[in-house]
Amino acid sequence: MEPHELAIAAKYIGAGLAAIGTGAAGIGVGTLFGQFLNGALRNPSAVDGQFGRLIFGFAVTEALGIFALLISFLLLFAV
Amino acid sequence: MAGETGPAINPIEQFSITPLIPIRIAGHDFSLTNSSLYMLIAVAIACLVMTAGARGGPGIPGRLQSAAELAYEFIAGMLRSAAGEKGMRFFPFVFCLFMFILISNLVGLIPYSFTVTSHIIVTATMALAVFLTVIVVGLYEHGFGFFKLFVPSGVPIAILPVVVLIEVISFFTRPLSHSVRLFANMLAGHITLNVFGGFVVMLLGAGVAVKALAVLPLAMTIGLYALELLVAFLQAYVFAMLTCMYLNDAIHPGGH
Repeated sequence: MEPHELAIAAKYIGAGLAAIGTGAAGIGVGTLFGQFLNGALRNPSAVDGQFGRLIFGFAVTEALGIFALLISFLLLFAV
Repeated sequence: MAGETGPAINPIEQFSITPLIPIRIAGHDFSLTNSSLYMLIAVAIACLVMTAGARGGPGIPGRLQSAAELAYEFIAGMLRSAAGEKGMRFFPFVFCLFMFILISNLVGLIPYSFTVTSHIIVTATMALAVFLTVIVVGLYEHGFGFFKLFVPSGVPIAILPVVVLIEVISFFTRPLSHSVRLFANMLAGHITLNVFGGFVVMLLGAGVAVKALAVLPLAMTIGLYALELLVAFLQAYVFAMLTCMYLNDAIHPGGH
């Protein structure tokens, strides 16, 4: 293979590897909502007061997945 | 882009900044770009909604007034619960940030418009403003007491150096994560929408048999658009929320 083609292949492999991070964020978001439901079913009266924290935790966790996706997109379209 | 095949759909073309009215002063570029135009639009919408909503009037409050009051109460409640009554003097700052980000995000979702918050220079400016406010207010109000922020109470003396190091690092990476979170969410969301929109175009351009399949990415685009509406609000909320928490550190250092 030409060195140039190798670089393109490496670009796509790197983009694919970076996308693994979105799956890891999926684990995080799943844990978050699972634990929230777990607690919410035990004490349904506390749910409304904690909803803001749930959304906050979701946004912070989801952002990490978005970072990984961003690296993937940058490799695909900007490098 | 080398080595690309197929139709020329460039998902990052939507983020390019183009000058609309070129202005050059002393060799520096002060042009009115599409970015600054959309910032002005966002500020104008925020001002119009809030002034029209705050005008009030006799009788039952209208929808606009309810929306303005809802936004006010939302941010005021968030700031009060995060930073206490002393934090309320930062209300105008937090409210301006929230409204600007929210309206920029929502305006950016209109097709063919421009998303101001998808540029890191914009979000980094806002995050650095928050960061410097925290440092200046903290040092002004508490002097050396501000550094209690880095020394949590109740930590065993053996691991205290490590904890302090971690606290210092986390403090100085705040503006980075604060700005990249908003920018990356907006950027990735818009690229994803564009990629799925590109799939529709590609499938429609292909043979007759696969044209019907174009409905699948179209449905995906609609679903993603709904998600992006949520994200647009959520990221403005998270930015304002983190601002409140950081301001709390300046007002009550060592209180966590």
